[in-house]
Amino acid sequence: MSIDQLDAAVATVRVLDEAGELVDGTERPDSTALLAGYRQLVHGRRLNEQAGALVRQGRLAVYPSSRGQEACQVACATALSEGDWLFPTYRDAVAIAARGVDPVDVLSMLKGDWHCGYDPARHRVAPQATPLATQLLHAVGVAHAARLKGEDTVVMALCGDGATSEGDFHEACNFAAVFASPVVFFVQNNKYAISVPLARQSVAPSLASKAVGYGMPGVRVDGNDLGALSTVLGEAVERARRGCGPTLVEADTYRVEAHTNADDATRYRTTDEVDEWAGRDPLTRVSAYLRGVGALDDDIEAEFAADADRMAARVREGLGVDVAPDPDELFAHVYATPTQQLVQQRAALQGEFDVEEA
Amino acid sequence: MTAKMTMAQAINSALRDAMTADDSVVVFGEDVGPLGGVFRVTEGLTSDFGEDRCFDTPLAESGIVGMAAGMAMNGMRPVVEMQFDAFAYPAFEQVVSHVAKFGNRTRGTLRLPMVIRIPYAGGIGGVEHHCDSSEAYYAHTAGLTVVAPANNTDAYALLRAAIESPDPVVYLEPKRHYFSNDEVDLAAADSTIGRAAVARKGRDATLIAYGPSVPVALAAAEEAATEGRDLGVVDLRSIVPFDDDTVCEQVKHTGRAVVVAEAPGFASVASEVAARVTEHCFHYLEAPVRRVTGFDIPYPAPKLEHFHLPDTARILDAVDELQWEEQL
Ligand SMILES: Cc1ncc(C[n+]2csc(CCOP(=O)(O)OP(=O)(O)O)c2C)c(N)n1
Ligand SMILES: [Mg+2]
Repeated sequence: MSIDQLDAAVATVRVLDEAGELVDGTERPDSTALLAGYRQLVHGRRLNEQAGALVRQGRLAVYPSSRGQEACQVACATALSEGDWLFPTYRDAVAIAARGVDPVDVLSMLKGDWHCGYDPARHRVAPQATPLATQLLHAVGVAHAARLKGEDTVVMALCGDGATSEGDFHEACNFAAVFASPVVFFVQNNKYAISVPLARQSVAPSLASKAVGYGMPGVRVDGNDLGALSTVLGEAVERARRGCGPTLVEADTYRVEAHTNADDATRYRTTDEVDEWAGRDPLTRVSAYLRGVGALDDDIEAEFAADADRMAARVREGLGVDVAPDPDELFAHVYATPTQQLVQQRAALQGEFDVEEA
Repeated sequence: MTAKMTMAQAINSALRDAMTADDSVVVFGEDVGPLGGVFRVTEGLTSDFGEDRCFDTPLAESGIVGMAAGMAMNGMRPVVEMQFDAFAYPAFEQVVSHVAKFGNRTRGTLRLPMVIRIPYAGGIGGVEHHCDSSEAYYAHTAGLTVVAPANNTDAYALLRAAIESPDPVVYLEPKRHYFSNDEVDLAAADSTIGRAAVARKGRDATLIAYGPSVPVALAAAEEAATEGRDLGVVDLRSIVPFDDDTVCEQVKHTGRAVVVAEAPGFASVASEVAARVTEHCFHYLEAPVRRVTGFDIPYPAPKLEHFHLPDTARILDAVDELQWEEQL
């Protein structure tokens, strides 16, 4: 199905079904690329599990898990080329890691060290956005600037189903469409905004169908189907790079865990619902398919798992180190040059330390 | 008639009692329905009063506040929740351009009796955007009433008063105290907006605070007492309207004042208090009024917040600098 077909916004693009069978009428995905993607899925799942464990051990204050959404996380990162930008939310640690940022640097924010633990300019990954939908306009700005500078950068802008209700979501879509900005808006519709179900966000036929109102293509894709996601996001990225403007892609997926560890999801949804979605796991269908075509066996599976375990060990080690917070940092970065008042306040704080030491 | 309850429960009781007393009181926002709010402040309201009286909205703060304004125009008394201080900013346009100004714009024919509840300030080790002290933005906007309870009894009383007020009220909840237990006397609570309370009488100097800084000021006064200094504490309760009388009476009595607030001090509520006290009590003052506030920085990451927040040591240092030697 082509992105530009109108019904793409309501029908759901699929490549592999829950059992890992090729959906009728679709092209066979490239096994090598899918295997590479599967390795990332295994890593992503492991990262979600490791971060959750670190919260339980008190090493991280909080973790918004993307368990069940790993296919979305991996596909949006791998659809991009070297010079492209990713604009993630708080739930997209796995996507950021899949872009090549050290997971320790991604998670250190949740340890409370600083607001952002990686260099956004070096990695072309914006700081994880907490105020919902606000980052989407920045994404449009980065894309527009790239166009004005004659660069062929594409920007992948992420948000959740809940965030599509914010005014900034609409403004970003409209700006991008009007300026034909090279942006892919990728909405992970995981059915909940904390406790609030999708039905309270929108009664549109789909979130992707909102694209019509802005004059851009919208596509709804099975968010637990790595093959389908890679195809659709790949096409959207190429479209943007060719100068054809933005695309709105909605992934039909599910937040398998609570909003964060601080949330109690049993207060607002049934375990039956969760179990049903757990049965549509994004990892199992890929492994089933790859095994079916002979591209995956126990040895490769074991190698991927061992790799992921090494990554998890590095994460534990990296986040196990307590870096003494440097109070100078409170004042150092607020302005390019600290104001006179900040210099005085820094000195006053130093004075307190001197007294304590004496 | 006293009962032991947390601040979250006191606010919940105020909502319940107001909803029972007046059918036009409706509660809405993000996750306030079946979940009962991320801090459980609205727990049980949907099940007890029905979906029309307490409901979740689409996720949009401008939408929530704007719709509340319209409902207030049409005879209802909406009480809306902003999930966290910094997440109220998308509603800023509605708050500043309309909610605050409708009464004045229409020569008083259209008043907006609505309450915007905002869990605010820090001390919870929250990630960025979850710990802002945003009171100055609201206090600076004429037409808004701004209250900040410091204890559970006031949390109840001020919310009841806010809901009954003919004007829009920004009701700031010191989120770090949501789960602190306290004896609450609902019947005896002072539900007058615009009146400060003398939280502790003192002879030597007056600490002036509001919201989450009141307990810190009280602890500082406690500590000072062991060192032979008798500090009084005024709890503003209401930032707008401001109770010049109570504040000045206490300061005139002691001749010394320190204002304590967690927000950055520059162009802040603390600065307004210091300026007012200086203007009104100049001839009674033994020393310039001091401010103990947060630094002029964005709210720090969790591991650094203890450097930023005013603590008893910083308050007592400021008290020490109130030119005591000249008394000798
Ligand atoms: C402007 C704003 N309002 C409220 C919040 C509080 N909040 C954090 S996450 C969240 C739910 C977001 O849901 P969704 O967009 O579907 O993303 P998901 O968490 O499901 O990934 C809310 C209400 C916020 N971060 N920003
Ligand atoms: Mg969601």
